[in-house]
Amino acid sequence: MEHVAYTFISVFTLACALGVVLSKNAVNGAMCLLLCLAGIAGLFIQLHAYLLAFVLVLVYAGAVVALFLFIIMLLDMQGGQPWRFRGFQTAGGLISAALLIVGLDSIAIHGRTADAPPVAGAVGSSLRLYSYQLFTTYLLPVEVMGFLLLIAMLGVIVLSRRGPGTEGPK
Amino acid sequence: MKPSLDAYVMLSAALFAIGFLGVLVRRNTLVIFMCLELMLVAATLALVAFSRFNGTEDGDVFVFFILTVAAAEVAVGLAIIVALFRTRQTVQVDQLDSLKH
Repeated sequence: MEHVAYTFISVFTLACALGVVLSKNAVNGAMCLLLCLAGIAGLFIQLHAYLLAFVLVLVYAGAVVALFLFIIMLLDMQGGQPWRFRGFQTAGGLISAALLIVGLDSIAIHGRTADAPPVAGAVGSSLRLYSYQLFTTYLLPVEVMGFLLLIAMLGVIVLSRRGPGTEGPK
Repeated sequence: MKPSLDAYVMLSAALFAIGFLGVLVRRNTLVIFMCLELMLVAATLALVAFSRFNGTEDGDVFVFFILTVAAAEVAVGLAIIVALFRTRQTVQVDQLDSLKH
């Protein structure tokens, strides 16, 4: 049963990821990204990481994809650019992606991951343990992340101000 | 029958490769950005799977940080793209070649 669900969700996720790459229209790509993220949230739930599934939907689907759609709308790329086949670049991209898949999968197959059963107690599902980790072992990274978000916010404000040097409609 | 760790790692590798392909092949900056996000999410999937199959929560905590960094990155990146569009009126990477010569 779990295997059937896994197969279904993974095929769905891969198809949506291919949709992001192949869709001509950027809006369709963003929608495919949204569905792909929903599939990954489903996989997280299968892996008993309920909190992360929730956060993924909240941050990615709620904020990031909405931001993407907003920028696509702002820049008015409704028509999208035509999908032009460039032999050299496309072939290079395909070959390197295939090499990447082969390399990573050979690590997955020939590595020591083969016969590890999932551990009985799902640690990721316990919110208490999770937050305990965040506030003890990973306290410094949490602080650094907060600072990073502050810097990013300031950076975005500075970048999006219409300075004297920029052109465009006033 | 439960899916094995291999299944999750291979799915994550495939997702990462698809995102990588998109970064190499597409010419629209926004689509390239979306493919970058796809690669980040593929990495988080591998982290969560390893964390689950090893019985630790370190991977899960790292996913939290990756999500934070991704959110900050998207905000700054999109601001840069908008600033770029204001000055150059395009987001196609072929036409953004000021640093090429």
